Amino acid sequence: MTTSAFEARREAVLAGLSRGWIETRHALTDTASVVWYFALPVIFAIVLLIMRGKTVPGTEFALGAMVLPSLVGMSIAFGGLMGPASTIATDREDGTLLRAKATPNGMVGYLVGKIVMFALTTLVSVVLLVIPAFAVAGELQLGPRTWLLLALVFIVGMVSTVPISVALGSLVKSAAQTGLLFLASILLIVPSGIFYPITAMPTWLQYVGQVFPFYWLGLGARSAMLPEAMAAVEIGGSWRMIEMFVVLGIWAVIGMALAPIVLRRMARRQSGAAVAAARERIMSKGY
Amino acid sequence: MSEQARPSSAGNQMALAVRDLRMRYGTKDVLTGVTFSAQRGEVLGLLGPNGAGKTTTIEILEGFRMPSAGEVSVLGVDPARGDEAWRSRIGVVLQSWRDHGQWRVRELLDYLARFYVPFSTPEVPRPWDVDELIEVVGLNELANAKIMTLSGGQRRRLDVAIGIVGRPEVVFLDEPTAGFDPHARREFHDLMHQLSDLENTTILITTHDLDEAEKVADRIIVLDEGRIVADGTVEQLARQFAAAAEVRWTSGGRRQMHAVRSGDPTGFVRDLLAKEEDVTELEVRRASLEDTYMALVQRAEASPSRFARQPDAEQQEGTEEAPEAPA
Repeated sequence: MTTSAFEARREAVLAGLSRGWIETRHALTDTASVVWYFALPVIFAIVLLIMRGKTVPGTEFALGAMVLPSLVGMSIAFGGLMGPASTIATDREDGTLLRAKATPNGMVGYLVGKIVMFALTTLVSVVLLVIPAFAVAGELQLGPRTWLLLALVFIVGMVSTVPISVALGSLVKSAAQTGLLFLASILLIVPSGIFYPITAMPTWLQYVGQVFPFYWLGLGARSAMLPEAMAAVEIGGSWRMIEMFVVLGIWAVIGMALAPIVLRRMARRQSGAAVAAARERIMSKGY
Repeated sequence: MSEQARPSSAGNQMALAVRDLRMRYGTKDVLTGVTFSAQRGEVLGLLGPNGAGKTTTIEILEGFRMPSAGEVSVLGVDPARGDEAWRSRIGVVLQSWRDHGQWRVRELLDYLARFYVPFSTPEVPRPWDVDELIEVVGLNELANAKIMTLSGGQRRRLDVAIGIVGRPEVVFLDEPTAGFDPHARREFHDLMHQLSDLENTTILITTHDLDEAEKVADRIIVLDEGRIVADGTVEQLARQFAAAAEVRWTSGGRRQMHAVRSGDPTGFVRDLLAKEEDVTELEVRRASLEDTYMALVQRAEASPSRFARQPDAEQQEGTEEAPEAPA
C-alpha cells in the first residue's frame, strides 16, 4: 500500500515535469508573455543609453555595467514573486486548481509543473538579459565563477520567492487583486539598489531595502558579475554573501512554512460553486 | 461478484450512501437532512429548482465540501477522508469554463490519464485509452485543437472525457449537458448508458432538465429547499405525486376532465362509456414527468413542512378518487 502510494506520487511528479514543460512551451509561444520576457532586456538597453558615459559615484566604473547584474537579480525576484502569485489566483478562478484536486495526486503534479515552468521561463528572461552583457563584457566578469554564482543566486532566488508568492497568490481574493502585488513589488524596487546604488539613499530606506529579497538578489548577481573591487561601493564594502544567504534563507523558511498551510486552506475552500461564482462575476463585471 | 475484499464490507454493493446530511452556511440551512443511497451501476438523477441544494450535495460527495452534519459514504469511504486511491475511483465532471485553454485536447487527456496509471487493477484497468476516449466523446477531429477554440458543447464533451478518463467506479456530473445541441445530448445519453450498463459505473447526475433525467436516470431524486421531496423511478414518481393520467371528454355539451391518480385509466374510461352515452372527443393523456415535477415543486413551495404527506389541495373537476399513499 505504502509502496504503491509512493509509486503513485512518483508518477505524479513525472507528470508534473511534463506539465511544466508543456506550460513553458505555451508561455514561450504566447505573445503577451513573450513581450514580458523581452521587456527587461529592452529596459536594460534604454538604461544603457541613458547612462552612457556616467560612472558609479567615486569610481571609473560604467554605471550601465553595474545596473545589468542588478537587473538580473531583479528579474529573478520578479519571476519568482509575481509569476506564481498571479497564476495561482487565475488557476483558482478558471477551475484549473479544482481539476488538480479532482485528480489523484493532481496537486503534486500541479505544483511540480508550476515550479518547473517558473524556473524555466525565469531562466529564459535571465538569459535574454545576460546576452547583452557581452556588449559591455569589458567591464564585467564573465568567467566560470560568474556562471556558478549566478546559478546559485538563481536557485536561492527561486527557493526564497516562489513559496512566498504561492502563499500571497492563495491569499488574494481574485485574480484582479494580484495587480496590487505587482504595485507593491514595483515600490519595493525603489530602495532595492537595482537602479541606483543603495548607499546613496537615506539610511532608513537602506534598512527597508535590506529586508526584501530584491536587494539581496541584486547584490548576489553583482557579486557574480562585477569585478571584486566594486564591492567597495556596497554597504559594508563587501558582497556580504553570508548575510545574503541568511536573509534569503529566512524568506525561504517563512514561505515554505506558510505556503502549504495557505494553499491547503485555499484549496479546501475551492469548489465548483466558487468557480461558478467567479465566472459569473467576470462575465458581468469583466474582472 | 468480485472475490476481492472491498474497503467496506457493510456497504458491499452500495456505491453511495447518504444519511441525514445537513449543510448550513452561517444561519442559512442549505441541506436539512438528506438521505438516499445508490447501488453499483445505478444512474441517479438529482433534480430540483435552482438553489435546491443539488450542487452542495454533489460537492460533499466529491469531497470538495465538508458537511455540517450527517453520514456520507462513497464506495465505502467518507469523502472528507478519502485518500488518493479513493480519488482514483471517482470521476468528477466539473462545470469548468476556461481552464487549460492553451492546452490541446489530447495533450490534456494524456496528462491527466497518467495520474491513474498507478491505480490500475486487474479488474479495472486504468486509465481509459485516450484515443478511444476521444473517439467515444466524438472529438477525434479536434484532438489536436487548442481547448480555448472549442465551442461550449465541445468543451463540455471534453469535460466529460476528463471526468471518466480514469475509468471511475462512481461518476459525478453537475449539469453536464448545458450548451449541448440535441445531437450531442443524445450521444451523451448513449455514453451514460454505456458506462452504467457495460462498465457498471454508478452515476450521479444533477440537472434541471426533466427530459434528460427521464432519459438517463434509473431513479430520480427531487431536491427542494434542502430536502428530498421525491425519490423513485420515473413511473413511481408519476404515480406517486401527480395524476397518472388525465381523461377529457365532452358530454352534455360540456367539456369534462377527470384525473386518474394512479393505475390504469382504462377502467375509468370503460365505466364512463358505459354510463354516459353522449361522450365525444375522448382524450386520455398520461402525465409526463414534467407535469409531475412542476406539481412537486409547486407543492413544495406551497407547504414548507413535510409536503409529501400533505393532502392534495389542487382543484379538480369531475369525480375524485382517494389519493393513494406513497409507496
